[in-house]
Amino acid sequence: MTHLTRDVLSVDRLVADVAGPTFGGTCIFLGTVRNGPDEQGVTAIEYSAYEEMVEAEFTRLLADAHARWPEARIAVRHRVGTIPVGEASIAIAAAAPHRAQAFEACRFVIEEVKRRVPVWKKELRVDGTEVWVDPHGRPTSSPPVPLSASRRGGTHD
Amino acid sequence: MPATVRVRFFARYAELMGCAEATVSLSLPATVGDVVQRLREDFPGARALPERPLAAVNLKQAKLDARVQDGDEVALLPPIAGG
Repeated sequence: MTHLTRDVLSVDRLVADVAGPTFGGTCIFLGTVRNGPDEQGVTAIEYSAYEEMVEAEFTRLLADAHARWPEARIAVRHRVGTIPVGEASIAIAAAAPHRAQAFEACRFVIEEVKRRVPVWKKELRVDGTEVWVDPHGRPTSSPPVPLSASRRGGTHD
Repeated sequence: MPATVRVRFFARYAELMGCAEATVSLSLPATVGDVVQRLREDFPGARALPERPLAAVNLKQAKLDARVQDGDEVALLPPIAGG
């Protein structure tokens, strides 16, 4: 796996991947598993993926980013498996000559990931229930779950 | 002309289908939508799938009217929830 990993994400490694003497700004985004007031006792999220397509989609996505910000260097890793609350599920680093490009490229990548990269998550809750997350708000869970719960992602938004 | 495509299921769809993949045989020309229809006929679990599921052909998102060829890999994708 290139962009997918089952290991804890290393920001240091990601930053090293994009480091270069011509870059004046590096923007880092971490998406972390959340158990906020809107969640119902989320202890972890189980991430699964269509792994071959994830790699293909990341290749296309990073090519799109390169076309928009040719001077930027971007690295991204998505973690799969069971990720406890507070740990990162995705890490993105975008380095560019100037900060505006770094911010824009980093934002572009996370937004495109949410739109294009075939990854799914299942909330694992303290009461033992498990709920598939549908970011579009349609009910998805196998066990009975209030409709109001189906909109929540359990992660950063 | 007969064709065989491999169909893969993920996340909730794999749970509904009770399997992670299936093989579908159909006559060409055929579309992704034809593959979904054939699944509905052959697999009870497929009837619980959405009418128009998100799909991919050979690792790229594809519309339901996209053509399939012999040997293609079709995937039915639940709503994407990455990040």
